[in-house]
Amino acid sequence: MIAHAIFFYTFSIIAVVSAIMVTASKNTVHSVFFLILDFISISCLFIMIGAEFLGMIMLIVYVGAVAVLFLFVVMMLNVAQQKNQWFAGQSTSKHIPVGLIISTLIFFEIIIVIGGWKYKPEIFDINNSLANTSVSNTHSLGQILYTDYIHVFQISGMILLVAMIGAIVLTFRQRFGVKRQSYIKQISRERVEGVEVLEVQSNKGVKIDD
Amino acid sequence: MEYLNIVFQEVYKILFLLIPVLVSVAMIVWLDRRVWAFVQKRQGPNVVGPFGLLQSLADALKYIFKEIIIPSSSNKVIFILAPIVTMTLALIAWAVIPFSATQVLADINVGILYLFAVSSLGVYGIIMGGWASNSKYPFLGAIRSAAQMVSYEVSIGVIIINVLLCVGSLNLNDIVIAQQNMWFVIPLFPMFVIFFISALAETNRPPFDLPEAEAELVAGYQTEYSGMMYAMFWLGEYANILLMCAMGAILFLGGWMSPIDIYPFTLVPGAIWLILKILLLFILFALVKAIVPRYRYDQLMRLGWKVFLPLSLIWVVLTASYLFYFNLLPVNQ
Repeated sequence: MIAHAIFFYTFSIIAVVSAIMVTASKNTVHSVFFLILDFISISCLFIMIGAEFLGMIMLIVYVGAVAVLFLFVVMMLNVAQQKNQWFAGQSTSKHIPVGLIISTLIFFEIIIVIGGWKYKPEIFDINNSLANTSVSNTHSLGQILYTDYIHVFQISGMILLVAMIGAIVLTFRQRFGVKRQSYIKQISRERVEGVEVLEVQSNKGVKIDD
Repeated sequence: MEYLNIVFQEVYKILFLLIPVLVSVAMIVWLDRRVWAFVQKRQGPNVVGPFGLLQSLADALKYIFKEIIIPSSSNKVIFILAPIVTMTLALIAWAVIPFSATQVLADINVGILYLFAVSSLGVYGIIMGGWASNSKYPFLGAIRSAAQMVSYEVSIGVIIINVLLCVGSLNLNDIVIAQQNMWFVIPLFPMFVIFFISALAETNRPPFDLPEAEAELVAGYQTEYSGMMYAMFWLGEYANILLMCAMGAILFLGGWMSPIDIYPFTLVPGAIWLILKILLLFILFALVKAIVPRYRYDQLMRLGWKVFLPLSLIWVVLTASYLFYFNLLPVNQ
């Protein structure tokens, strides 16, 4: 039990500190690295409570794909040079009240959820919706998602698909004058089309097209 | 005292796994260069030790005594962290590889997901190294490799789903045991081929070694590295290649299972079979390096997204419908 507590506090302290550092660090690329550290320690916490599937999926999806894209964008935009001024700049100070209001709201929501869960467990239908604990984590998740709530799950997938297509359509611009690589054309090119042997007469030269 | 005992036992086990892995990484570098040389009718490293076997050790010794140069305008912390991350990630993945039904360091329920997660984290070492060097070539190499590894991970993930459909469990030992009657390489042969090619791209091996294409980018993300830090990148890279080979052996070639289930073959310990299968896959990797010319970047992306992803998705549908129609879906518990 002591070992468990030691690990729990280590991971949660790392998670909290790195979450603070995401907003506090001066360099945006450092922020993304702290975000990754945060994701990793959260997934360790997931694994510690026995939700190993969620922990691994967190690693694969967030750390392995989403954070790479974050990093990619941050590096490509070259915002690394722009300094993130912590509570200092004139323009940022306007956003602080809004941020504070939203964070208090979220804080109270979490308190309500956790407090309700702790003191009035009958309101939340947790015990019934969870599959029996004898099967593994992955099995029970699959049972809930793909057997009990299959339609809801499919609809949420459809909504995500629509959102993705919408984003692509909104940002899609047709550009002209772009040179495209035609794969088939390139490999089916023969020597006859590419090379032409000409008799060059002296002092005359040859006219090559263009 | 009890805690200490457990800790010592675990440390002992970990060392027993890691030291062979590190030694075999050194040997595999030698094998790679040897195979490469034989394809090109050269001798390859054959001077240090018998057959040149100790060449890698000599190289490592040289790297240790070289000066580590840290560029003055680099981001020093991340610059030093990058090879450490690469090396660590390449080594921790070996924890879940089963060498026989009982010889596995951590027999976790979600073994295959763990392997997949760790191999997808491998991209960070490269991005960190490329960005922290604060130089154009490493940065371009890092960006290239980020895009490349993320795209090929998608198809590897879908291929893993194919195998999991036939197994019904995420545990690596279960995956091996499910291949008792037939290795998955036979019914899922196209997936094995796609997995092999994606593994080449995932580990930045030729013909997909664009992140370190020496003709264009000097040495890609490791241009600014020298001495032991360069050697760590190198070791991590080869440990990753071995890991991908092990993954291929477990998913498609029956892992530690002997190829023929009759008396003299079953006596050979499972670890030997697994190592032989890993070696077979690695020799294929080395042959590909020697034979195939490098891809262009747009061809690489096209192959990943327009060929492999649709193919493996179609194969998922095929496998699922086949298993469903013939009522072969694995139902356990």
